[in-house]
Amino acid sequence: MSIEMIGTYAVALFLLIGSGFVAVGVIGLLKFNDSMTRLHAPTKVGTVGIGALLLASIGHSFVLGETSIHELLIMAFLFVTAPISANFIAKVNIHRRSCDTPPEPPRDDTWSTLNVPEDASAADKSAPS
Amino acid sequence: MARAYHWLLPHPFLTLLLAAVWVLLQNQVSAGMVVFGIILGIIIPRMTSIWWPDTPQGFRLGKMMSYTVIVMWDILVANVQVAWIVLTVPNSKLKPAWVVVPLELRQPEAITVLAGTITLTPGTVSADLSDEGHSLLVHVLHTDDPDGVVDEINTRYQDRLKEIFQ
Repeated sequence: MSIEMIGTYAVALFLLIGSGFVAVGVIGLLKFNDSMTRLHAPTKVGTVGIGALLLASIGHSFVLGETSIHELLIMAFLFVTAPISANFIAKVNIHRRSCDTPPEPPRDDTWSTLNVPEDASAADKSAPS
Repeated sequence: MARAYHWLLPHPFLTLLLAAVWVLLQNQVSAGMVVFGIILGIIIPRMTSIWWPDTPQGFRLGKMMSYTVIVMWDILVANVQVAWIVLTVPNSKLKPAWVVVPLELRQPEAITVLAGTITLTPGTVSADLSDEGHSLLVHVLHTDDPDGVVDEINTRYQDRLKEIFQ
């Protein structure tokens, strides 16, 4: 068995693993019925699913003899940006009260998303006169 | 001399990182591209240094490497667990929970790394920070033991991050 054959099988294996995890992420997104649990599905797709697909892409370029490591950059940028978008979606959910109300923090007053500046709320009350 | 160094290189790690990203973007290593990457790595932190006034102190690169390996492994294991939960646990038996992680880290960079790690490991999403930054709100997909999740985050990630960002 030549090295190209092993490489091709490895690429196919990684493609299958990656698409399997992406499929599980999509099933989770469709199945869960609460906006916060639904948020868990994309974080999976963003890590192992995309990671395995990119590994397959790297392996494919090596098998063809054109070394390409752009994919490492894609992975790095995804790992840096995925938590931020997840955090924003979670903040929107808390803000719109579309999920269970989170428990009070033990040491501080409230969560920063729910924190309304006092003069702003006073201005809201005085505005409709 | 030290002041000139600090003026030219306000963030030495960022300079190296930008040079490495530039070389990776070119997809081939040549001396000209490395030099141009280093020039970019000096100019960009210099131009944006007004937005990052403090250089994080006492950052340990070696421990960060071992932390990265641990997190990668956890992402793999937790992905399989969460895939199993998605495929087998019906919605009515799912037990999502909010947990509150008390933060002992104080640097904003360290808290950012912790929150990012919690979101990247499947099954937990970091949702919010308390208004003074003493606790982190985490949403767990399925758990019978919320306190155990907090303990695991503390021992596995927070203690290691405390050593990295002293």
